[in-house]
Amino acid sequence: MSIHPILSALRRHKTGTTLIALQIALTLAIVCNALFIIRTQFEQMGRPTGLDEHHLLMVATTQSGINSSTDAGKATLDASIKADLTALRQLPDVVDAYETHSLPLSGSPWGLGIRMVPSGSYGSHTTYFHADEHTLTTLGLRLVAGRNFRSDEIGEDDNFGVLQPAVIIVSMHLADNLFPHGDALGKQIYFTSATKPSTIVGIVERMQTSSVRSSTDNRTWDSTLVPMRLVTPSRYYVVRTKPGRLAAAMQSVPAALYAQDPQRVIPDGSEGDEVGVRSFAQIRAEAYQGDRTLAILMGVISSILLAVTGCGIAGLSSFWVGQRRRQIGVRRALGATRRDIIRYFLVENALISATGVIVGVLLAFGFSGWLMGQFELARLSPVYVLIGAVTLVLLSQGAALAPALRAARIAPVEAMRSS
Amino acid sequence: MLKYYLQLGLRRLRRNPVLTALMVMAIGFGVASSMTTYTVLRAMSGDPIPWKSDKLFFPQIDAWGPDSRRNGTEPRAAMTYVDAVSMMRDHRAHLQTALYPIAPTVHSDDATQKSRTAPGQAVYSEFFPMLDVPFLYGGGWTAADDEQHAKVAVITKSLNQRLFKGENSVGRSIQLDSHSYRVSGVLDDWHPQPKFYDLATTDAFGPADQVFLPFTTATDAQLATKSGFMCVQLPDPGYAAMLSSSCVWIGYMVELGSPSEVSAYRAYLDGYAHDQQASGRFGWAPNNRLSDLPAWLDFWQVVPSQTKISFVVALCLLLVCMVNTVGLLLAKFLRRSGEIGVRRALGASRLAIAAQFGVEAGTIGAAGGLFGLMLTWAGIQAMHGLLPRQIAALAHIDPLLLWQTLLLAVVATVLAGLYPIWRAMYVRPSLQLKED
Repeated sequence: MSIHPILSALRRHKTGTTLIALQIALTLAIVCNALFIIRTQFEQMGRPTGLDEHHLLMVATTQSGINSSTDAGKATLDASIKADLTALRQLPDVVDAYETHSLPLSGSPWGLGIRMVPSGSYGSHTTYFHADEHTLTTLGLRLVAGRNFRSDEIGEDDNFGVLQPAVIIVSMHLADNLFPHGDALGKQIYFTSATKPSTIVGIVERMQTSSVRSSTDNRTWDSTLVPMRLVTPSRYYVVRTKPGRLAAAMQSVPAALYAQDPQRVIPDGSEGDEVGVRSFAQIRAEAYQGDRTLAILMGVISSILLAVTGCGIAGLSSFWVGQRRRQIGVRRALGATRRDIIRYFLVENALISATGVIVGVLLAFGFSGWLMGQFELARLSPVYVLIGAVTLVLLSQGAALAPALRAARIAPVEAMRSS
Repeated sequence: MLKYYLQLGLRRLRRNPVLTALMVMAIGFGVASSMTTYTVLRAMSGDPIPWKSDKLFFPQIDAWGPDSRRNGTEPRAAMTYVDAVSMMRDHRAHLQTALYPIAPTVHSDDATQKSRTAPGQAVYSEFFPMLDVPFLYGGGWTAADDEQHAKVAVITKSLNQRLFKGENSVGRSIQLDSHSYRVSGVLDDWHPQPKFYDLATTDAFGPADQVFLPFTTATDAQLATKSGFMCVQLPDPGYAAMLSSSCVWIGYMVELGSPSEVSAYRAYLDGYAHDQQASGRFGWAPNNRLSDLPAWLDFWQVVPSQTKISFVVALCLLLVCMVNTVGLLLAKFLRRSGEIGVRRALGASRLAIAAQFGVEAGTIGAAGGLFGLMLTWAGIQAMHGLLPRQIAALAHIDPLLLWQTLLLAVVATVLAGLYPIWRAMYVRPSLQLKED
C-alpha cells in the first residue's frame, strides 16, 4: 500500500494534522523531561547515607537553668550527659547510644575548613559530627582503615572556641580528597583556626553530611567525626535499638530521659514545635520531602498529559472517520478489505506521530536546556527521550485503533447514502 | 440572543457528549494542575508585609574580606555583633533593629505541664513599630528599656494562652531559662510568611516566634543564637570572646522612607566601612549591600526550585490541554458546517456565528472550570500530605483562588476556541448547501 494517497489526504486536513502533531511534540517534550526529573529525584533519595539506618532514632533535648559558661555549670552538664547515656544504654530496647548535635540528613550542618599547615588558606571543607567511642557501633558505620576512638580520647566541647582534637575519623571520600594517593591514615590536618594538628586514625567507608541541599557539590560525602562530647544545654542523643524495638524505644527513650531530669525539654511536636523524637526513617523522609513531592507531581502531571493526549487523538481520529464515511464506503465497495481500512488509519496516524516525535525531540532538548539554565538541573539523557518517543508512538497508535476499527466496520453500502 | 446561543450551546454539549466530556476534562485537568501548583507557589512567594515591603531594607557589611566572599563578590548576609551594635548606636535610619533567633526554655507554674522551648527573637524596641506588629494587650518595650537592659518580654497570644489562660498578662512575670521577665505586651496572631526578618540566619518557613526579648538583655543572659553562626576565624572560648569575634550571626533591618533616605543610608554604610578600614579592622575597601525586602527574598531564593519547576511543568500541561481543545473544538464546530451554512444563508452575519460558537466555547470553559475547581480542591488536599507542615498550612483555597480558577478555565477555552470560531465564521454557505 502506498503512502502517497494518505499524504494527499493529510494535506487536506492540515489543521487537524498539525494540531495532533503539535500536541504529540509538546507532550513528548514535557513527559521525557518529567521522567528524567523523577529519575534524578529517585537517584538522589536512594543514596545510602553509610549508616545502618533501620534501627536508629534521634532525640532532641534541652536542659535550661545551667550556666554552661562557668566551670561548675559545665561539670553539671557533663555529669548529666554521662548519666543520660548510661541510662539509655541500660534500656532493654537499646543496643547503644551516643551524644551529638546532628546526623546525616538531619539538617544544621556544622562545618570546618581544613588545611595541611597551621596557616594560609583552607583547601578543603568538612562537615563534622561530635562522636565518642560508641558512635561507630551505634550508627553501624563501616571502618575500612585504622581504628575507633578510645574512651580516653573523648574530650569536651562547649561550642565556643577552636576545635582541635588530637585524633579524628574521616569518611573515605574526604580522605581521598585530602590525600589522593590513598595514604590518609596517620596523616595530620589542621581545622579552622587550629594551631594543633588532628591525626586521622580511622577511615569509614561512607558517611553523608547533615546538609541535604548539597546535591550539586561533592561535599556531600566529606564528613569528619571528632571525639568530643558536646557540653551544651541543647543536644541530641542518637540511639540504636534492638531489632523490632524501634517503636517501643520511641517511647522508652524519652521516658528514661525525663526520669533523669523531669525539668528538661523534649519537644513533642505540638503547637508548631519541631518533633523531638524521630526515627531515622522520619529524618530521611523530612530531608527528601521536597524531592519526593516533585517526583510525585511530575508523575501525576505526566499521567494526565498522556491521558489527555491519548483522548485527544482518539477524539480527532473518530471525527475524521465520521467525516470520511462515504469515502471509506467507496473504498470498501471498490474491494478494499477491512484490514486495508485499519491499516490506512494506522499508517496515517503513524505519519502524524512521527512528525510530532521529531519536533518533540527538538523541543525536549530545548526545554531541558531552559530548565538547566533556570534551575540547575542535569542535562536530559537521550534514553528518556527515546522512552518518551516510543511511549507516544504507542499511545498514539493505541488511540487511533478504536476509530480505525470502527471505520473498518463501515459497510460498502454507506457509499450510496448521501452524507 | 445571547440567551438563545446559551441554550443552543447547552443543547449542543448534550448532543456530542463524548467530545464535550473530553474537552471539559482536558480543561479541568489543565486548570487544576496549574492552580494547585500555583497555590503552593503563591503561598511561598507571597509578600509578607505588602504595605511597606519597599521601605524595609537589609544592610550587609563585608566583615570577612575578599577571600571569603560568596561567588567572589558577595559579602555575608549576617553581621558580626560588633558591627550590629555599632550601627544600632549610630541610629541613622528612621527605625532599625539588630536581631538574632533565640530558643529559651519556658517554665510553667503548673507542675503538670512539661517545660517547653519557645522559639523567639532578641530584638530592639523599634522592631515592633517597624513591622507594624499587632498587639492584643500592652505593647513593645521602650528605647530606655533597650538601654537599661531591662528584663521585659513580649509574648504571643499562644504562649499567653498556655501560661496565663489568655488573660491580660501585661505586668506579670514569666520564667525563661533561669531568669524572670516582665511581660510588656501580648501579640495578637502574627506569623508573617515567609519569615523575612531573620532570613540572614534562619530558614524562611520556620515555626512562629513566641517570645521577644530586648537584644541587650538577651546578650546579658548569654543567650546563644539558635541558628546560623559562621566564622572564618574561630574565637577564643567564652561568650564575651564570641561577641567580639568576626563570626557573623546577627540579622539587621532598617526602615527607610524615601529614596533620599536610602542613598543617605548607603553613604552612611560606606562611611562606616571606611572608618573600619581606617582603624585597621577591615583590610579592604567597603563592599556593602542594601537590599529592599523583595530583593532580599529573591536573594535568599525563598521559593525552592522544585516548587517553581512543578509550576512550569503544570503550565505546560495546561498548554497541551489547550492545543487538545483547539483540535476538538475544531472538529465539533466543523462537523456542523451544514448548520452554519444554513444559518448564514438565512442571513446570520459572521459575527452572529462567532457569538454563537464563542458562547459555546465559553460554556465548555465554565464547565471545565467547575470540574477544575473540584480537582484543584482535591489537588490541594493531596498537597497537604506532601508538603512540610509550615507550608501546607499556607496553601489553601480562598475566594480569590476560586475566581481565578474559573476565569483561567474560561479564558483558556475561549483562547483555544479563537481559531475554530474563526474557521466556523468563514464556512462558505454556498458550498455547504450544495453538498447537502
